[in-house]
Amino acid sequence: MTFALFAEQLLNGLQFGVTLFLMAAGLTLIFGVMGLINLAHGSLYMVGAFACAAVAAWTGSFWLGLVASLAAAAGAGALVELLVIRRLYDRDHLDQVLATFALILIFSEAMRWLFGPFPLYLDMPALLQGAIILPGGIEYPLYRLAIIVIGIAVAIGLHLLIARTRIGMRIRAGSSDREMIAALGVDIGKLYTIVFALGAALAGFAGALVGVNQSVQVGMGEPVLILAFVVIVIGGIGSLRGALIGALLVGVIDTMGRFLLPQAFMLVMEPSAAATTGASLASMLIYVVMALILAFRPRGLFAPA
Amino acid sequence: MTREFWINGVLALLLLAAPFIALAFGESFYVTLATRVAILALAAVGLNLALGLGGLVSFGHAAFFGIGGYAAGLLAAEGLASMPLIWLVGAVVAGLVALATGAVSLRTSGVYFIMITLAFAQMIYYFVISWPTLGGEDGLSLALRNEFPFVNTLKPLNFFLIAYGLLLLALFVFARLRASRFGAALEGARQNETRLASLGIEVFPVRLWAFVLSAMITSVAGALYADLNRFVSPSMLSWHMSGELIVIVLLGGVGRLFGPVAGAAVFVLLEFALGGLTERWQLFLGLILLGTVLFARGGLLALFAGKARHG
Repeated sequence: MTFALFAEQLLNGLQFGVTLFLMAAGLTLIFGVMGLINLAHGSLYMVGAFACAAVAAWTGSFWLGLVASLAAAAGAGALVELLVIRRLYDRDHLDQVLATFALILIFSEAMRWLFGPFPLYLDMPALLQGAIILPGGIEYPLYRLAIIVIGIAVAIGLHLLIARTRIGMRIRAGSSDREMIAALGVDIGKLYTIVFALGAALAGFAGALVGVNQSVQVGMGEPVLILAFVVIVIGGIGSLRGALIGALLVGVIDTMGRFLLPQAFMLVMEPSAAATTGASLASMLIYVVMALILAFRPRGLFAPA
Repeated sequence: MTREFWINGVLALLLLAAPFIALAFGESFYVTLATRVAILALAAVGLNLALGLGGLVSFGHAAFFGIGGYAAGLLAAEGLASMPLIWLVGAVVAGLVALATGAVSLRTSGVYFIMITLAFAQMIYYFVISWPTLGGEDGLSLALRNEFPFVNTLKPLNFFLIAYGLLLLALFVFARLRASRFGAALEGARQNETRLASLGIEVFPVRLWAFVLSAMITSVAGALYADLNRFVSPSMLSWHMSGELIVIVLLGGVGRLFGPVAGAAVFVLLEFALGGLTERWQLFLGLILLGTVLFARGGLLALFAGKARHG
């Protein structure tokens, strides 16, 4: 194993973590402010990917597709919030789980209806094709590096939005005491719609970015959604900082586990058995890590008080 | 005798009568459909124990359903094709897994519990599809339906009666448990944890045993489901399955004795009827579910038998 290979895998882990963060940030904001568990978040990721693929195929521009993914996911999010989600805020978690589970069925079937049963493909924008040589002689795909940079930029932007702006102040106030800010004259209904649409836009954006490396298909959001749940459970539900650290942790541990475990087993087993055992255990690794973290901190690493 | 008692009786008789009527008209397909209702109802009775009595929203019961299914597939492949043995092995394995995952998950509550049970089920799902002897994404097929002493299980009606008998047994266990001290403690823990603790009853072990028992019942249903389809696939372990089990419990009415039976019947019939009408049946299933959650709280039995006393 060379250093370059190790570094490449580490960067892949970071890139995966950053996309998980885009999903987890929306989930954790929505839970923190509205107390809602949203299973349909993965569907918004899918909507973003489909919108990007369709618009990119139609106009020939990936960048227009990216804008479309933000707009479509935010629009779909706002619509769903107004029609359905709004009625769920004062229900228990069981009702929320069921209603948003129903939304997944509806979204998936609607996408299949609109775009047919076959996956769509997204071409990488010409600007980001090829590889780049990093310090230390590591060759790394430019597109993946761009995802890492974009993700970090979004994390900083979100932090500034929440910490420094008026709307961010209202979001923070909404998560600590919603009756009080309603009493102070803030239109809480509008605030909720905005937060939901913001979370949806982030999910759709993540879907579009990942859609280049994978095929765009119905159900693509579900594995990511479940990993995003693991992320926010580890980080502490409602905490943006927890979502970032949890996402990077999950991304790096999962990627490195798949890379290193088979090799570690090769020291004590024959190669083919080591490869399968290592791969099976690697797929369970992050859940074991989650269980360990929860055994010591049942409310996650950075749970808000 | 309350109205709910009579409704429960009618439901039990209707489900029992359905395959006989179907056979009288020569429509053996409906026997399979009734068997499917009985099996899914059995799985949901298991979930109802944790979800309804204990208020533990487990989003990972597909794991236990799948463990039962894979027990059937693996033991049959080894030539151990006896149903009671398979149920026992499946239930013991599911119970042990529930003991381990429950011990971690039950340290948390609310939305954390939902997500952690989901995550553990996913862990088992990924383990199964990546472990070579478990058939990967393709699953395992059963050459023949497993055997039951003195009964020819290949006859659809006989197999239905086995599933129905187990369903009645599980309902009996559920009813006895609800009326017991253990059941009272479990329901008390759902309603007010602090009050129960101040009465000197430890909440954690009560919940843990309920979770384990719930998993064991659901695993037996999984073994039957594998025998019904003569096939086990990873989809039995997928989170859609967990979602469907919750849907069944909620459709019927959470915490009610016959809620899972009513829910399973409606779910299977809906799936069948919509599937016959349109290729897009999932869209309509989603809309119906959404409507039920938003407008028909308390499930179907609440419509017919009045609101439950269940607080």
